[in-house]
Amino acid sequence: MLDWRWDFAFEVLPRLLLATLNTLMAAGLGYGIALVVGLVFALAQRTRYRLVTAIARESVEFIRSTPLVLQIFFVFYVFPQFGIRLSPWTAGMIAIGLHYASYLSEVYRGGLESVPRGQWEACTALNLGTARTYFRIIVPQALPPALPGMGNYLVGIFKDTPMLSVIGVAELMHTANAIGSESYRFLETYTMVGLLFLLISLPAAAGLRAFEAWVRRAFGLSR
Amino acid sequence: MPEPIAAQPKVRLDRVTKRYGDLVVLDQLSMDVAPNEMISIIGPSGSGKTTILRLLMTLEQVTDGIISIDGEPLTHMPKNGGLAPANRAHLRRMRTKIGMCFQHFNLFPHMTALQNCIEGPIQVLGMSKVEATARAMDLLAMVGLEEKAGEHPVRLSGGQKQRVAIARALAMRPEVLLLDEVTSALDPEVIGEVLQVIRGLNKKYDLTILMVTHQMGFAKEISDRVVFIYEGKVEEAGAPDQIFGDPTSERTRQFLSAVLEAG
Repeated sequence: MLDWRWDFAFEVLPRLLLATLNTLMAAGLGYGIALVVGLVFALAQRTRYRLVTAIARESVEFIRSTPLVLQIFFVFYVFPQFGIRLSPWTAGMIAIGLHYASYLSEVYRGGLESVPRGQWEACTALNLGTARTYFRIIVPQALPPALPGMGNYLVGIFKDTPMLSVIGVAELMHTANAIGSESYRFLETYTMVGLLFLLISLPAAAGLRAFEAWVRRAFGLSR
Repeated sequence: MPEPIAAQPKVRLDRVTKRYGDLVVLDQLSMDVAPNEMISIIGPSGSGKTTILRLLMTLEQVTDGIISIDGEPLTHMPKNGGLAPANRAHLRRMRTKIGMCFQHFNLFPHMTALQNCIEGPIQVLGMSKVEATARAMDLLAMVGLEEKAGEHPVRLSGGQKQRVAIARALAMRPEVLLLDEVTSALDPEVIGEVLQVIRGLNKKYDLTILMVTHQMGFAKEISDRVVFIYEGKVEEAGAPDQIFGDPTSERTRQFLSAVLEAG
Protein backbone atom coordinates (compact mmCIF):
# COMPACT_ATOMS: atom_id res chain seq x y z
CA MET A 1 0.00 0.00 0.00
CA LEU A 2 1.03 3.53 -0.64
CA ASP A 3 2.18 5.01 2.64
CA TRP A 4 1.89 8.77 2.06
CA ARG A 5 2.20 10.87 5.21
CA TRP A 6 0.94 14.42 4.90
CA ASP A 7 2.45 15.52 8.22
CA PHE A 8 5.90 14.48 7.02
CA ALA A 9 5.35 16.19 3.68
CA PHE A 10 4.52 19.48 5.37
CA GLU A 11 7.36 19.07 7.83
CA VAL A 12 10.02 18.92 5.10
CA LEU A 13 8.35 21.39 2.74
CA PRO A 14 10.11 24.52 4.13
CA ARG A 15 13.53 22.88 3.63
CA LEU A 16 12.62 21.95 0.09
CA LEU A 17 11.34 25.43 -0.70
CA LEU A 18 14.56 26.92 0.62
CA ALA A 19 16.55 24.54 -1.56
CA THR A 20 14.37 25.53 -4.50
CA LEU A 21 15.75 29.03 -4.16
CA ASN A 22 19.26 27.57 -4.51
CA THR A 23 18.16 25.61 -7.56
CA LEU A 24 16.72 28.74 -9.16
CA MET A 25 19.87 30.67 -8.32
CA ALA A 26 22.09 27.94 -9.79
CA ALA A 27 19.99 27.83 -12.96
CA GLY A 28 19.92 31.63 -13.24
CA LEU A 29 23.64 32.13 -12.63
CA GLY A 30 24.60 29.22 -14.87
CA TYR A 31 22.35 30.50 -17.64
CA GLY A 32 23.75 34.01 -17.29
CA ILE A 33 27.27 32.66 -17.74
CA ALA A 34 26.11 30.51 -20.65
CA LEU A 35 24.44 33.46 -22.41
CA VAL A 36 27.60 35.58 -22.32
CA VAL A 37 30.21 32.87 -22.93
CA GLY A 38 28.01 31.34 -25.62
CA LEU A 39 27.98 34.65 -27.49
CA VAL A 40 31.77 34.80 -27.22
CA PHE A 41 32.01 31.25 -28.61
CA ALA A 42 29.64 32.12 -31.46
CA LEU A 43 31.34 35.39 -32.44
CA ALA A 44 34.80 33.82 -32.10
CA GLN A 45 33.75 31.31 -34.76
CA ARG A 46 33.02 34.14 -37.18
CA THR A 47 36.27 36.14 -36.95
CA ARG A 48 38.80 36.30 -39.74
CA TYR A 49 41.45 34.83 -37.46
CA ARG A 50 41.59 31.14 -38.27
CA LEU A 51 43.27 30.11 -35.02
CA VAL A 52 40.60 31.82 -32.88
CA THR A 53 37.88 30.23 -34.99
CA ALA A 54 39.45 26.78 -34.71
CA ILE A 55 39.93 27.01 -30.93
CA ALA A 56 36.33 28.15 -30.41
CA ARG A 57 34.90 25.45 -32.67
CA GLU A 58 36.95 22.64 -31.12
CA SER A 59 36.09 23.79 -27.58
CA VAL A 60 32.39 23.76 -28.41
CA GLU A 61 32.67 20.31 -30.02
CA PHE A 62 34.64 18.95 -27.05
CA ILE A 63 32.21 20.26 -24.45
CA ARG A 64 29.16 19.06 -26.36
CA SER A 65 30.60 15.59 -26.82
CA THR A 66 31.30 14.85 -23.14
CA PRO A 67 28.77 14.37 -20.31
CA LEU A 68 27.91 17.28 -18.03
CA VAL A 69 28.38 15.22 -14.88
CA LEU A 70 31.93 14.36 -15.95
CA GLN A 71 32.67 18.05 -16.56
CA ILE A 72 31.36 18.89 -13.09
CA PHE A 73 33.55 16.23 -11.49
CA PHE A 74 36.51 17.36 -13.57
CA VAL A 75 36.32 21.01 -12.54
CA PHE A 76 35.75 20.17 -8.88
CA TYR A 77 38.16 17.24 -8.37
CA VAL A 78 40.83 17.61 -11.07
CA PHE A 79 41.37 21.37 -11.18
CA PRO A 80 42.79 21.36 -7.61
CA GLN A 81 45.66 19.20 -8.93
CA PHE A 82 46.62 22.20 -11.05
CA GLY A 83 46.38 24.42 -8.01
CA ILE A 84 42.86 25.70 -8.81
CA ARG A 85 40.78 25.03 -5.71
CA LEU A 86 37.13 25.99 -6.15
CA SER A 87 34.08 25.86 -3.89
CA PRO A 88 31.27 23.52 -5.02
CA TRP A 89 29.23 26.53 -6.12
CA THR A 90 32.01 28.08 -8.19
CA ALA A 91 33.04 24.79 -9.75
CA GLY A 92 29.42 23.94 -10.48
CA MET A 93 28.69 27.31 -12.10
CA ILE A 94 31.81 27.11 -14.28
CA ALA A 95 30.99 23.58 -15.43
CA ILE A 96 27.29 24.02 -16.09
CA GLY A 97 27.80 27.54 -17.51
CA LEU A 98 30.40 26.36 -20.02
CA HIS A 99 28.37 23.29 -20.88
CA TYR A 100 25.31 25.32 -21.79
CA ALA A 101 27.43 28.05 -23.39
CA SER A 102 28.54 25.51 -25.98
CA TYR A 103 24.93 24.62 -26.76
CA LEU A 104 23.81 28.24 -26.80
CA SER A 105 26.65 29.19 -29.13
CA GLU A 106 25.14 26.83 -31.69
CA VAL A 107 21.74 28.46 -31.21
CA TYR A 108 23.30 31.89 -31.70
CA ARG A 109 25.17 30.63 -34.75
CA GLY A 110 21.95 29.38 -36.30
CA GLY A 111 20.29 32.72 -35.56
CA LEU A 112 23.14 34.71 -37.08
CA GLU A 113 23.16 32.52 -40.17
CA SER A 114 19.41 33.01 -40.60
CA VAL A 115 19.97 36.72 -41.29
CA PRO A 116 20.02 37.12 -45.10
CA ARG A 117 23.26 38.16 -46.78
CA GLY A 118 21.49 41.22 -48.19
CA GLN A 119 21.29 42.67 -44.67
CA TRP A 120 25.07 42.57 -44.35
CA GLU A 121 25.40 44.13 -47.80
CA ALA A 122 23.00 46.92 -46.88
CA CYS A 123 25.20 47.62 -43.85
CA THR A 124 28.25 47.86 -46.08
CA ALA A 125 26.38 50.13 -48.48
CA LEU A 126 25.44 52.39 -45.55
CA ASN A 127 29.05 52.26 -44.38
CA LEU A 128 28.17 50.95 -40.92
CA GLY A 129 31.15 49.64 -38.92
CA THR A 130 31.44 46.05 -37.73
CA ALA A 131 30.21 46.66 -34.16
CA ARG A 132 27.19 48.70 -35.30
CA THR A 133 26.41 46.17 -38.00
CA TYR A 134 26.29 43.40 -35.38
CA PHE A 135 24.57 45.12 -32.52
CA ARG A 136 22.10 47.38 -34.32
CA ILE A 137 21.24 45.35 -37.41
CA ILE A 138 22.23 41.69 -37.26
CA VAL A 139 21.69 40.65 -33.62
CA PRO A 140 18.18 42.15 -33.37
CA GLN A 141 17.22 40.01 -36.37
CA ALA A 142 19.11 36.94 -35.22
CA LEU A 143 17.47 37.00 -31.79
CA PRO A 144 13.84 36.12 -32.60
CA PRO A 145 14.69 32.89 -34.46
CA ALA A 146 17.15 31.99 -31.69
CA LEU A 147 14.66 32.51 -28.85
CA PRO A 148 12.92 29.10 -28.99
CA GLY A 149 16.28 27.33 -28.71
CA MET A 150 17.41 29.68 -25.98
CA GLY A 151 14.20 29.02 -24.06
CA ASN A 152 14.63 25.25 -24.35
CA TYR A 153 18.09 25.48 -22.84
CA LEU A 154 16.85 27.70 -20.01
CA VAL A 155 14.42 24.95 -19.02
CA GLY A 156 17.19 22.42 -19.74
CA ILE A 157 19.73 24.00 -17.42
CA PHE A 158 17.07 24.23 -14.71
CA LYS A 159 16.41 20.50 -14.98
CA ASP A 160 20.14 19.73 -15.02
CA THR A 161 20.91 21.54 -11.77
CA PRO A 162 20.39 18.29 -9.75
CA MET A 163 23.69 17.14 -11.27
CA LEU A 164 25.36 19.73 -9.07
CA SER A 165 24.32 17.64 -6.05
CA VAL A 166 27.18 15.24 -6.84
CA ILE A 167 29.70 17.84 -5.68
CA GLY A 168 27.58 19.03 -2.76
CA VAL A 169 25.76 22.10 -4.02
CA ALA A 170 22.77 22.37 -1.70
CA GLU A 171 20.07 22.55 -4.35
CA LEU A 172 16.78 20.63 -4.38
CA MET A 173 18.09 17.16 -5.17
CA HIS A 174 20.91 17.41 -2.69
CA THR A 175 18.48 18.49 0.04
CA ALA A 176 16.02 15.73 -0.89
CA ASN A 177 18.79 13.15 -0.63
CA ALA A 178 19.76 14.53 2.76
CA ILE A 179 16.18 14.31 4.00
CA GLY A 180 15.94 10.77 2.69
CA SER A 181 19.06 9.61 4.45
CA GLU A 182 17.93 11.16 7.74
CA SER A 183 14.36 9.88 7.74
CA TYR A 184 14.43 6.90 5.37
CA ARG A 185 11.29 8.37 3.77
CA PHE A 186 11.64 8.94 0.06
CA LEU A 187 8.11 8.93 -1.35
CA GLU A 188 6.96 12.34 -0.10
CA THR A 189 10.31 14.04 -0.61
CA TYR A 190 10.99 12.97 -4.19
CA THR A 191 7.36 13.43 -5.19
CA MET A 192 7.45 17.01 -3.96
CA VAL A 193 10.79 17.64 -5.70
CA GLY A 194 9.20 16.46 -8.93
CA LEU A 195 6.18 18.67 -8.37
CA LEU A 196 8.34 21.68 -7.61
CA PHE A 197 10.27 21.20 -10.86
CA LEU A 198 7.02 20.83 -12.77
CA LEU A 199 5.50 23.88 -11.10
CA ILE A 200 8.39 26.01 -12.28
CA SER A 201 9.07 24.45 -15.70
CA LEU A 202 5.54 24.58 -17.07
CA PRO A 203 4.80 28.28 -16.45
CA ALA A 204 8.35 29.14 -17.52
CA ALA A 205 7.83 27.41 -20.88
CA ALA A 206 4.51 29.19 -21.39
CA GLY A 207 6.07 32.52 -20.40
CA LEU A 208 8.91 32.01 -22.87
CA ARG A 209 6.47 31.37 -25.71
CA ALA A 210 4.60 34.57 -24.89
CA PHE A 211 7.93 36.43 -24.75
CA GLU A 212 8.90 35.12 -28.20
CA ALA A 213 5.65 36.37 -29.68
CA TRP A 214 6.10 39.74 -28.00
CA VAL A 215 9.67 40.12 -29.31
CA ARG A 216 8.55 39.32 -32.85
CA ARG A 217 5.91 42.02 -32.69
CA ALA A 218 8.22 44.53 -30.99
CA PHE A 219 10.85 44.02 -33.71
CA GLY A 220 8.25 44.44 -36.42
CA LEU A 221 9.00 40.96 -37.78
CA SER A 222 5.35 39.95 -37.73
CA ARG A 223 2.32 42.07 -38.28
CA MET B 1 50.05 63.84 -62.09
CA PRO B 2 46.56 65.23 -61.43
CA GLU B 3 44.47 65.70 -64.53
CA PRO B 4 42.41 68.81 -65.21
CA ILE B 5 39.06 68.72 -63.37
CA ALA B 6 36.98 68.75 -66.54
CA ALA B 7 38.64 65.62 -67.86
CA GLN B 8 38.42 63.81 -64.54
CA PRO B 9 35.84 61.02 -64.70
CA LYS B 10 33.71 60.53 -61.58
CA VAL B 11 34.09 56.78 -61.85
CA ARG B 12 36.77 54.95 -63.78
CA LEU B 13 37.13 51.22 -64.25
CA ASP B 14 40.57 50.48 -65.62
CA ARG B 15 41.00 46.97 -67.06
CA VAL B 16 38.97 45.47 -64.22
CA THR B 17 38.88 41.70 -64.03
CA LYS B 18 36.74 39.66 -61.65
CA ARG B 19 37.14 35.91 -61.46
CA TYR B 20 35.47 33.32 -59.26
CA GLY B 21 37.87 30.40 -59.58
CA ASP B 22 37.89 29.58 -63.29
CA LEU B 23 34.80 31.63 -64.05
CA VAL B 24 35.67 35.00 -65.55
CA VAL B 25 32.84 37.44 -64.81
CA LEU B 26 34.52 40.68 -65.85
CA ASP B 27 37.31 40.51 -68.39
CA GLN B 28 39.60 43.58 -68.38
CA LEU B 29 36.59 45.84 -68.49
CA SER B 30 37.29 49.56 -68.85
CA MET B 31 34.77 52.36 -68.66
CA ASP B 32 34.52 55.98 -67.54
CA VAL B 33 31.52 57.73 -66.08
CA ALA B 34 31.42 61.52 -66.09
CA PRO B 35 30.22 63.57 -63.10
CA ASN B 36 26.43 63.84 -62.99
CA GLU B 37 26.05 61.30 -65.74
CA MET B 38 23.14 58.86 -65.75
CA ILE B 39 24.36 55.55 -67.12
CA SER B 40 22.25 52.50 -67.85
CA ILE B 41 24.04 49.18 -67.94
CA ILE B 42 22.26 46.54 -70.00
CA GLY B 43 23.13 43.07 -71.21
CA PRO B 44 22.22 39.39 -71.02
CA SER B 45 21.99 37.79 -67.57
CA GLY B 46 25.37 36.53 -66.44
CA SER B 47 27.19 39.15 -68.51
CA GLY B 48 28.60 40.81 -65.38
CA LYS B 49 26.37 43.90 -65.08
CA THR B 50 25.57 43.50 -61.42
CA THR B 51 29.17 42.58 -60.62
CA ILE B 52 30.26 46.04 -61.79
CA LEU B 53 28.00 47.62 -59.18
CA ARG B 54 29.01 45.14 -56.48
CA LEU B 55 32.67 45.93 -57.08
CA LEU B 56 31.95 49.65 -56.90
CA MET B 57 30.12 49.17 -53.58
CA THR B 58 33.12 47.12 -52.34
CA LEU B 59 30.87 44.13 -51.70
CA GLU B 60 33.34 42.12 -53.77
CA GLN B 61 37.04 42.49 -54.38
CA VAL B 62 38.52 43.01 -57.81
CA THR B 63 40.76 40.23 -59.04
CA ASP B 64 42.79 42.60 -61.17
CA GLY B 65 42.65 46.17 -62.43
CA ILE B 66 41.83 49.41 -60.66
CA ILE B 67 38.59 51.22 -59.91
CA SER B 68 38.84 54.90 -59.05
CA ILE B 69 36.40 57.50 -57.81
CA ASP B 70 37.39 61.13 -58.51
CA GLY B 71 40.78 59.84 -59.60
CA GLU B 72 41.43 58.13 -56.27
CA PRO B 73 41.77 54.34 -56.23
CA LEU B 74 38.77 52.72 -54.53
CA THR B 75 40.04 49.30 -53.64
CA HIS B 76 43.71 50.17 -53.51
CA MET B 77 45.78 52.73 -51.70
CA PRO B 78 49.18 54.20 -52.39
CA LYS B 79 51.95 52.45 -50.51
CA ASN B 80 55.71 52.75 -50.96
CA GLY B 81 55.28 54.35 -54.37
CA GLY B 82 53.01 51.54 -55.63
CA LEU B 83 49.45 50.44 -54.95
CA ALA B 84 48.47 48.04 -52.17
CA PRO B 85 45.05 46.56 -51.43
CA ALA B 86 42.99 49.06 -49.43
CA ASN B 87 42.64 48.65 -45.68
CA ARG B 88 39.38 49.10 -43.77
CA ALA B 89 39.89 52.78 -43.03
CA HIS B 90 40.47 53.58 -46.70
CA LEU B 91 37.43 51.53 -47.76
CA ARG B 92 35.21 53.24 -45.21
CA ARG B 93 36.37 56.67 -46.34
CA MET B 94 35.81 55.86 -50.01
CA ARG B 95 32.39 54.30 -49.32
CA THR B 96 31.07 57.63 -48.04
CA LYS B 97 30.89 58.70 -51.69
CA ILE B 98 28.86 55.70 -52.84
CA GLY B 99 25.33 54.52 -52.19
CA MET B 100 23.44 51.51 -53.48
CA CYS B 101 19.90 50.22 -53.89
CA PHE B 102 19.34 46.49 -54.25
CA GLN B 103 17.01 44.29 -56.23
CA HIS B 104 15.51 42.92 -53.01
CA PHE B 105 15.56 46.27 -51.16
CA ASN B 106 17.42 44.90 -48.10
CA LEU B 107 15.59 47.23 -45.75
CA PHE B 108 16.16 46.55 -42.06
CA PRO B 109 12.97 44.69 -41.07
CA HIS B 110 13.16 45.56 -37.38
CA MET B 111 13.16 49.29 -38.09
CA THR B 112 10.45 51.59 -39.42
CA ALA B 113 10.84 53.34 -42.76
CA LEU B 114 12.04 56.46 -40.95
CA GLN B 115 14.46 54.52 -38.72
CA ASN B 116 15.89 52.87 -41.84
CA CYS B 117 16.61 56.33 -43.23
CA ILE B 118 18.20 57.86 -40.11
CA GLU B 119 20.32 54.89 -39.03
CA GLY B 120 23.25 55.68 -41.31
CA PRO B 121 23.17 59.47 -40.92
CA ILE B 122 23.16 59.18 -37.11
CA GLN B 123 25.51 56.23 -36.68
CA VAL B 124 27.96 56.93 -39.50
CA LEU B 125 27.72 60.63 -40.38
CA GLY B 126 27.27 61.61 -36.73
CA MET B 127 24.19 63.69 -37.46
CA SER B 128 21.87 64.67 -34.60
CA LYS B 129 18.61 62.75 -34.41
CA VAL B 130 16.61 65.93 -35.03
CA GLU B 131 18.54 66.86 -38.15
CA ALA B 132 18.61 63.28 -39.48
CA THR B 133 14.86 62.96 -38.93
CA ALA B 134 14.11 66.25 -40.69
CA ARG B 135 16.22 65.26 -43.68
CA ALA B 136 14.80 61.74 -43.79
CA MET B 137 11.25 63.10 -43.73
CA ASP B 138 12.11 65.38 -46.67
CA LEU B 139 13.43 62.39 -48.59
CA LEU B 140 10.43 60.23 -47.68
CA ALA B 141 8.20 63.06 -48.90
CA MET B 142 10.21 63.21 -52.11
CA VAL B 143 9.53 59.50 -52.74
CA GLY B 144 5.89 60.05 -51.73
CA LEU B 145 5.93 58.06 -48.49
CA GLU B 146 5.79 60.69 -45.78
CA GLU B 147 2.74 59.08 -44.22
CA LYS B 148 4.43 55.65 -44.13
CA ALA B 149 7.41 56.86 -42.06
CA GLY B 150 6.28 54.96 -38.98
CA GLU B 151 5.60 51.65 -40.73
CA HIS B 152 7.85 48.61 -40.63
CA PRO B 153 8.86 47.17 -44.03
CA VAL B 154 6.61 44.14 -43.51
CA ARG B 155 3.62 46.48 -43.93
CA LEU B 156 4.88 48.10 -47.14
CA SER B 157 4.36 46.96 -50.73
CA GLY B 158 7.35 46.13 -52.92
CA GLY B 159 7.23 49.47 -54.68
CA GLN B 160 7.01 51.31 -51.37
CA LYS B 161 9.93 49.30 -49.96
CA GLN B 162 12.10 50.19 -52.93
CA ARG B 163 11.21 53.88 -52.61
CA VAL B 164 12.18 53.78 -48.91
CA ALA B 165 15.44 52.09 -49.95
CA ILE B 166 16.13 54.94 -52.38
CA ALA B 167 15.44 57.49 -49.64
CA ARG B 168 17.71 55.55 -47.28
CA ALA B 169 20.55 55.58 -49.81
CA LEU B 170 20.12 59.30 -50.52
CA ALA B 171 20.10 60.11 -46.80
CA MET B 172 23.79 59.23 -46.77
CA ARG B 173 24.44 61.99 -49.32
CA PRO B 174 26.30 59.82 -51.80
CA GLU B 175 27.97 61.28 -54.88
CA VAL B 176 27.60 58.06 -56.84
CA LEU B 177 24.36 56.07 -56.68
CA LEU B 178 24.22 52.45 -57.79
CA LEU B 179 20.82 51.04 -58.74
CA ASP B 180 20.94 47.27 -59.08
CA GLU B 181 17.86 45.97 -60.92
CA VAL B 182 15.67 47.98 -58.58
CA THR B 183 12.47 47.06 -60.40
CA SER B 184 13.19 43.39 -61.15
CA ALA B 185 11.53 42.05 -57.99
CA LEU B 186 8.46 44.28 -58.32
CA ASP B 187 4.97 43.55 -59.59
CA PRO B 188 4.41 45.23 -62.97
CA GLU B 189 1.82 47.68 -61.66
CA VAL B 190 4.22 49.26 -59.12
CA ILE B 191 7.29 49.56 -61.37
CA GLY B 192 6.10 52.96 -62.59
CA GLU B 193 6.09 54.55 -59.13
CA VAL B 194 9.72 53.58 -58.58
CA LEU B 195 10.84 54.73 -62.03
CA GLN B 196 9.07 58.03 -61.39
CA VAL B 197 11.30 58.57 -58.34
CA ILE B 198 14.48 57.73 -60.26
CA ARG B 199 13.67 60.11 -63.09
CA GLY B 200 15.69 63.31 -62.71
CA LEU B 201 17.38 62.10 -59.51
CA ASN B 202 20.88 62.81 -60.82
CA LYS B 203 20.07 66.47 -61.50
CA LYS B 204 18.10 67.02 -58.29
CA TYR B 205 20.74 65.58 -55.98
CA ASP B 206 23.89 66.21 -58.01
CA LEU B 207 24.44 62.47 -58.42
CA THR B 208 26.31 60.23 -60.78
CA ILE B 209 24.07 57.23 -61.34
CA LEU B 210 24.89 53.76 -62.61
CA MET B 211 21.75 51.74 -63.15
CA VAL B 212 21.60 48.07 -64.07
CA THR B 213 18.19 47.49 -65.59
CA HIS B 214 15.98 45.35 -67.77
CA GLN B 215 13.57 48.23 -68.37
CA MET B 216 14.73 49.09 -71.87
CA GLY B 217 12.12 51.77 -72.47
CA PHE B 218 13.07 53.53 -69.27
CA ALA B 219 16.80 53.23 -69.96
CA LYS B 220 16.24 54.78 -73.38
CA GLU B 221 14.18 57.61 -71.95
CA ILE B 222 16.31 58.79 -69.03
CA SER B 223 19.93 57.75 -69.66
CA ASP B 224 22.68 60.03 -70.84
CA ARG B 225 24.51 56.95 -72.02
CA VAL B 226 23.76 53.26 -72.35
CA VAL B 227 26.44 50.62 -71.90
CA PHE B 228 25.89 47.15 -73.31
CA ILE B 229 27.92 44.49 -71.48
CA TYR B 230 28.61 41.15 -73.12
CA GLU B 231 30.68 38.35 -71.55
CA GLY B 232 32.36 40.66 -69.05
CA LYS B 233 33.35 43.36 -71.51
CA VAL B 234 31.86 46.60 -72.78
CA GLU B 235 30.53 45.52 -76.16
CA GLU B 236 29.10 48.88 -77.06
CA ALA B 237 28.38 52.21 -75.38
CA GLY B 238 26.68 55.31 -76.64
CA ALA B 239 23.72 57.64 -76.56
CA PRO B 240 20.38 55.87 -75.98
CA ASP B 241 19.09 56.78 -79.43
CA GLN B 242 22.12 55.27 -81.06
CA ILE B 243 22.20 52.06 -78.98
CA PHE B 244 18.49 51.40 -79.30
CA GLY B 245 18.03 52.86 -82.79
CA ASP B 246 21.19 51.98 -84.65
CA PRO B 247 23.53 49.65 -82.71
CA THR B 248 26.85 49.03 -84.41
CA SER B 249 27.51 45.65 -82.80
CA GLU B 250 25.72 42.58 -84.06
CA ARG B 251 25.51 41.24 -80.48
CA THR B 252 23.80 44.39 -79.27
CA ARG B 253 21.38 44.11 -82.15
CA GLN B 254 20.60 40.46 -81.32
CA PHE B 255 20.19 41.16 -77.61
CA LEU B 256 17.87 44.10 -78.16
CA SER B 257 15.69 42.35 -80.69
CA ALA B 258 15.36 39.33 -78.34
CA VAL B 259 14.51 41.54 -75.37
CA LEU B 260 12.14 43.85 -77.20
CA GLU B 261 10.37 40.91 -78.78
CA ALA B 262 9.85 39.31 -75.37
CA GLY B 263 8.34 42.27 -73.76
